Amino acid sequence: MSPPRHDRALVRPHVVTGGRAHPTRNIFDLVTLVIASRTQVAGLSPEKRKVMELCQGGALSVAEVAAHLALPVSVTKVLLSDLVDSGHIVTRASAAEPAEPSDHLLREVLDGLRARL
Amino acid sequence: MGSALVSDRLYVRESVRHSVKILIVGHFAVGKTTLVGALSEIKPLRTEEQMTQVGEAVDDLTGVPEKTTTTVAMDFGRLTLSDDLVLYLFGAPGQERFKALWHDLARGALGALVLADTRRIEESFDVMTLLEERGLPYAVAINEFDGAPMFPEEELRDALDLLPTTPLVRCDARDPASSTQALISLVEYLIESKKRESA
Repeated sequence: MSPPRHDRALVRPHVVTGGRAHPTRNIFDLVTLVIASRTQVAGLSPEKRKVMELCQGGALSVAEVAAHLALPVSVTKVLLSDLVDSGHIVTRASAAEPAEPSDHLLREVLDGLRARL
Repeated sequence: MGSALVSDRLYVRESVRHSVKILIVGHFAVGKTTLVGALSEIKPLRTEEQMTQVGEAVDDLTGVPEKTTTTVAMDFGRLTLSDDLVLYLFGAPGQERFKALWHDLARGALGALVLADTRRIEESFDVMTLLEERGLPYAVAINEFDGAPMFPEEELRDALDLLPTTPLVRCDARDPASSTQALISLVEYLIESKKRESA
């Protein structure tokens, strides 16, 4: 899809994402865990290869991927979204749901914190 | 500390299937980054986001970019709480002008810990308003800076205009145990609030 001309910012992040400011799907929270599900990176852009390289090693949150690659979170989401679409990346945790956290989840957090004291 | 769950590895442990976040908020230099650093099992990370104004015409080259773009930095850290669960702590700037960032931060967050400084109590109001507008529950932790005046709890509650149920605790953001205790107060409050709602 070719974006309207006025959406093309003259900044690097938009070049990285092919001119898009928004991911194809809105499944990513800052703490959604992502991991590579493939090893081959043929045909991917240099930025996507970097994402894949990082995500081969294990699961990381979207925020961690952004920080390690020194990319804005918004750009990282666009890249990850494309990589999910192409089957290179899978999300591991259905992280923070916009819905209320369950009592069970809150207790797990509480127990985990108490165990650190 | 010293628990088998504590990990300085880059990646989240393999067994972890859930992740949650809590916001650490407050005004400039109140100790957000210090608290995140004291609790995080990884070296705290930083993300930067460029904020542009809504509806801004980016092809207008006559515009001065500095006027329409701001870079916002967020520091965050990670704590593995169980085989299944990791907690992320995000230190978030308290200014109203970072609305877009706040939307992303607050969405799905369990709650927030407001760090306050008794020398600049009134500077905490903005961030508390932001949380209230989003309906995000919070606890307030007074970061005990060396040499900062101590006030009785009632006086602080009045000054902060807290609801009787909102937890107010003291902490030393440099100290992992003290900061953990502040988070525990917040999570206990979240559980109690839930109970009250369903009662």
